[in-house]
Amino acid sequence: MPHVVTGNCSDCRFTDCVLVCPVACFHGDDHRMYIDPIACVDCAACVPACPVHAISESADLSQDQQMWIQINADKSGSTPVIRSKQTPLAGAEERRAALGYGPS
Amino acid sequence: MVPARHIEPVAVNAIGSADNPLRVAIIGSGPSGFYAAEALLQSEHTSEVDILERLPVPYGLVRYGVAPDHPRLKDVANTYAEIARDPRLSFIGNVTFGKDFTLRDLADCYHAVILATGAATDRKLGIPGEDIQGSHAATSFVGWYNGHPDYRDLVLDFSGDSAIIIGQGNVAIDVCRILAKSSDELRKTDIAAHALDALAESRIREIHLIGRRGPVQSRFTTKELRELGQLSECDPFVDPNDLPLSDACQSELADVREPTRARNFDVFRSFASRQREKPKCCRIHFFLSPREARGEHKLEELVLERTRLVGAAGRQEAIGTGQMLSIRAGLMIRSVGYSGRALEGIPFDDARGTIPNKNGRAEMTPAGECPVYVAGWIKRGPTGIIGTNRADSMATVATLLADLPTFRSQQKPGREAFAFLLAQRATRLVSFQGWEMIDQAEKVRGTPLGKPREKFTRISEMLAVSTGRP
Repeated sequence: MPHVVTGNCSDCRFTDCVLVCPVACFHGDDHRMYIDPIACVDCAACVPACPVHAISESADLSQDQQMWIQINADKSGSTPVIRSKQTPLAGAEERRAALGYGPS
Repeated sequence: MVPARHIEPVAVNAIGSADNPLRVAIIGSGPSGFYAAEALLQSEHTSEVDILERLPVPYGLVRYGVAPDHPRLKDVANTYAEIARDPRLSFIGNVTFGKDFTLRDLADCYHAVILATGAATDRKLGIPGEDIQGSHAATSFVGWYNGHPDYRDLVLDFSGDSAIIIGQGNVAIDVCRILAKSSDELRKTDIAAHALDALAESRIREIHLIGRRGPVQSRFTTKELRELGQLSECDPFVDPNDLPLSDACQSELADVREPTRARNFDVFRSFASRQREKPKCCRIHFFLSPREARGEHKLEELVLERTRLVGAAGRQEAIGTGQMLSIRAGLMIRSVGYSGRALEGIPFDDARGTIPNKNGRAEMTPAGECPVYVAGWIKRGPTGIIGTNRADSMATVATLLADLPTFRSQQKPGREAFAFLLAQRATRLVSFQGWEMIDQAEKVRGTPLGKPREKFTRISEMLAVSTGRP
């Protein structure tokens, strides 16, 4: 069961995840990141790296998050691999704070 | 010494330009070494990178640390092989820092050195009897089942019915799984043949996993913890009495920044209500601290002290309660942390087991030597997992590249001069092509056994195969 990027990434796109991925399985577009389920080796290095806790093991997804499995699989096929840190989207810090993960 | 023709200073362009490439030696070919190489090769500077490795084979922890039953994780080696095939990179195996070459030699040949030697030594428990026969460091045990030449001849006694593992991190879980799995579960992995044979005779039925602190403070990855509940011959157990939580533990568990705690706690709860069905069991003990390993000639029992937690949430420490108990066992594996090894001529922090550094720049550089950098576990200590080292190595390389204007702007002769120097010392080098011969031969050996590979476990065998001659 691969890891998936869930809704918290949308409109944040901090991309700290791509720096710790050992196999370059992250893809991205202008809105968010996706994990290629074939390339992911399930190491979980990205899980603690995400400032907004957007990444989960598939097995940990709640019912209303299940859709992200398919979205990650589909979108990673049509978006480029991202290997280096990108500028977070405008409003990312505000969204992070609203999610309760702001700097303590 | 390097022939003079190689080191005549000439007026040259800036380091990192086409006619004065940045030449860097990386010591160690594990994850952090390869990620440092990747970062250098991806930079805008013209660079040449040589990865120097003590063994004839690359990949360090990926080959010798990752458990044989986690083959997916070993796939990261494919990423390293891709980096290694870049013509600007050279792998030079079978060369040891301090034995085959010195920092002075590196300074003659390269602009800078990155030490990525990892954390290959275990930390001590500091208790009486720690080194009694039957007590081993996890580094030794892991190296042994993964076919590391240094641990090839380790003798392990699996004749008792109990084993104790000290420590509650992912290495402890790896060790536990290897002891708990049946031969059939291990047979199709790349576990070393000598380990598979010895484990097939194992009579261990009960495995104790010991932690000083409580279920909320354990450092397992949830995925690995769950895996313990899915073994074909072993049931995991947690004592229900360890699960009631203090206010401080409750608040640690509720921290949204640390979702792993709640996930792990759910798993522990499920382990606490298990019925025993399988021939082996693994007992996860909390609030116990080892005090003395005892035995006549070899380990017979481990004396432990019950602990309790004191301090504020997030900063709780385990202290002894005075209540002692003992667990009988003939085998003990200590997995309470790792430490780097000191390198000749390089300052070393013994307490932390790392090389003192500022953002990856080692706090040293005696006159005349080249700048030295550190990456990975030798830099920050053994924390995080494989991928964590990628961000860490990139940060070190960023420091190095920012320092470029401070380097003396002379050309360096690089790999040819270094290889020439080692050849003069009759060192037998293994190139990446040499490793690919070994790699291929290991896969061929594994095929009839249904294994992804059968590793060579002697350096002499590796060297013989690396030449490609039968």
